[in-house]
Amino acid sequence: MTRQPSRAVLRQPRHLLVAAAVAASLLTVSACSGSSDEGGSDGSTDAYGFDAVEQDPSAPITVWVDASRQPAVDAFEEANPDVKLNVETYDGGADGSGSFQTKIEAFNQAGSGWPDVVFSTQNNDAAWASQGTEPFAAPVDKGLFDSSFLDGFTEGALAPLTVDGTVYGLRNDLAPTVAWYDKSLMDQFGYTPPTTWEEYEALGTTVATEHPGYIVGAIGDSWTPEVYFWGGQAPMNTVTGADEFSADASDPKTVAMAEVLDGLNDAGVLAQESVFSPEFLQKHAGKVLMLPGPVWYSGALFQNADSLNAAPGTMTAGVPLSWDGEDPAAGNVGGGTWFVSQHSANLEAAKEFLTFVTSDDRYQVDLAPGLPAYSAAADKWLAKQAEANFFTSDFVDNVGTAATMVWDGWGYPRFSQESVWAKAVTPELAGGESLVDLLPTWETALKNEAQANGYKVS
Amino acid sequence: MGRTRSSTSRHRISYVFVSGYVLLALAFGVLPTLYAVRMSFTTSEGTFSGVENFSRVIDDFRFWPAVQHVAAFVAIWLVALLVLVTVLALLVHQIGVRWLSSGVRFVYYIPGALAGASAVVLWLFVLDPTVSPVSGVLHAFGFDSFVQTISPGNLPVIFAVMAFWTGAGGWIVVMYGALNSIPHEVLEAARIDGAGVVRTALHIQLPMLRKWISYMAIISLAAGTQLFVEPRVLSQASHGVVPNDYSLNQLAYLFAFKQQDLNGSAAIAVMLLVVSLSLSVFFVVRGGLFERD
Repeated sequence: MTRQPSRAVLRQPRHLLVAAAVAASLLTVSACSGSSDEGGSDGSTDAYGFDAVEQDPSAPITVWVDASRQPAVDAFEEANPDVKLNVETYDGGADGSGSFQTKIEAFNQAGSGWPDVVFSTQNNDAAWASQGTEPFAAPVDKGLFDSSFLDGFTEGALAPLTVDGTVYGLRNDLAPTVAWYDKSLMDQFGYTPPTTWEEYEALGTTVATEHPGYIVGAIGDSWTPEVYFWGGQAPMNTVTGADEFSADASDPKTVAMAEVLDGLNDAGVLAQESVFSPEFLQKHAGKVLMLPGPVWYSGALFQNADSLNAAPGTMTAGVPLSWDGEDPAAGNVGGGTWFVSQHSANLEAAKEFLTFVTSDDRYQVDLAPGLPAYSAAADKWLAKQAEANFFTSDFVDNVGTAATMVWDGWGYPRFSQESVWAKAVTPELAGGESLVDLLPTWETALKNEAQANGYKVS
Repeated sequence: MGRTRSSTSRHRISYVFVSGYVLLALAFGVLPTLYAVRMSFTTSEGTFSGVENFSRVIDDFRFWPAVQHVAAFVAIWLVALLVLVTVLALLVHQIGVRWLSSGVRFVYYIPGALAGASAVVLWLFVLDPTVSPVSGVLHAFGFDSFVQTISPGNLPVIFAVMAFWTGAGGWIVVMYGALNSIPHEVLEAARIDGAGVVRTALHIQLPMLRKWISYMAIISLAAGTQLFVEPRVLSQASHGVVPNDYSLNQLAYLFAFKQQDLNGSAAIAVMLLVVSLSLSVFFVVRGGLFERD
């Protein structure tokens, strides 16, 4: 055996390798090809308020859902075995990942491939999905759905989906923030649940000295601003008109909320981790005295064997906190939305699907983890909660109240407020910076993002 | 190997072999590049716009941070790759026991067999102190949570470690092959002249590996400036704490598919191309890649 390969053999491929090297560097993101010619609008009809493609009542519909909405799909398939679905699971656009929008833009470029129905966890998607030369989202109030059905949604539920007076999708669930607390621990420690942010801060400071290790809140999630700053009526996400955005980090309420959080954070009573991380469960399970957050924490955290798994009859939701002497206001964290594609070849099936998943008892009452946006389903869902008595005290009343209290000072811009917070604030906060010091950074990051997305910033 | 065939028929057959590559390179490399160049100098309506796209992209608040991120990553990664791969290949080459040598090479190669995104997913566990098999190391550095581990200052190093872990093994095998191509007589002559392992490595093996090292540098540079999968997966896994506009390629992606600005995206692509081409030329010239033996 010889260890010496033929040099002639080696030399020739080397030129190939160089060519490959150059070609590899040439390959640096070359944009996709394909212009988007107008989709065929033959057989178009004004029955829906847009140019629908030719309809085929037997065509299967492609449905995108996040993993948590899989039960909705299963329930629909069981109830409607004759409708053919192609189900694809994606991240639901969670944390402002933008995957819904980026995928749709890619299909727009290709001129085909759109899904028929999409679920999104973000409530600001209508802002882009309704725009463009070929908008993705089909208007739902121009013929697709009857107004009697649309009127069945809780008042204000469709506001995030309404652009210039037209509604572009249906709301899955409502997600007002409430002041979750553990009633049994409060009783045991002899504390009164706070009703104002001032009392909340005072309680946290007391807990830190009297019962170290217990927490009264969490700031590790990308929706932290929606819980605290939206709920605290801080004008950090103001959208006026179609194209104006402003954020004011020097507003007294913004600063006051940052000070409350800094104080509690210094006292060590706020979780730094995402409530969905294993770290959070490891460190804080059984030690959650209070946790302001969205209504959907009910099924996602407390009544969930894989999460905090609270004992029945311990947790409850207090009404959203207020500033001393003012009216309380709720923030809002998502509340899923369903969209129908304007490109769908089977709008009737899409309509049937949306009607089922938003309003049918077999999903929204029996299975849904959060407060339904459809009013009749919401009543039954709350009644079911009252009967189960898992959540104690005035849970049902308080959740119902919170749903009507979402502060209208926050808008639904084309970019994700959550992703800006996550990248600009979360790592600095974890690195020990104070929130008050980070406010200008946050404001700048929001304004930059707004500007990049075509907003006039003030 | 039989050398009886005439050289013309050998040439003819070599064109056939090369043609598949050339066609694919034209279709998926050269033509899209020309298309991107055209797009970068035009508006979305197709009219000439000069450098407008470039200035808009450069003025974007995310551009310079992304440039810094990619530059830091490439610098750390390239140096680590060149030094460590060469040293490791030399060490493995020194191993006299055959099964041990091939065994070590196989172990080096395994991580490279994992496709990009799945390798990153594996790293998500390594980087999270609560579940990491090396949580002791993370704690020793003062990282008690996932968010602390992936703080912005650590990211270039983290991405470099990830890329090294997935990519280095393949290069070690290539370098090992290159070391085998050094004639046995040369090494033996060096040994007879009294050169030890280190002197042989420094004065015989390294100079003869020069082209291979340049080649590795070029390919890695092209791949490194296109950093995308690692930050993208980490961004989703960290719920957005690792920004979705961390690298230039991610920014190009956002321009194209979030802001519907394909021309701006093309401008970023063209700038990346110019930079990596000029650096490649540098390595080609310095590494003597086009010189004949």
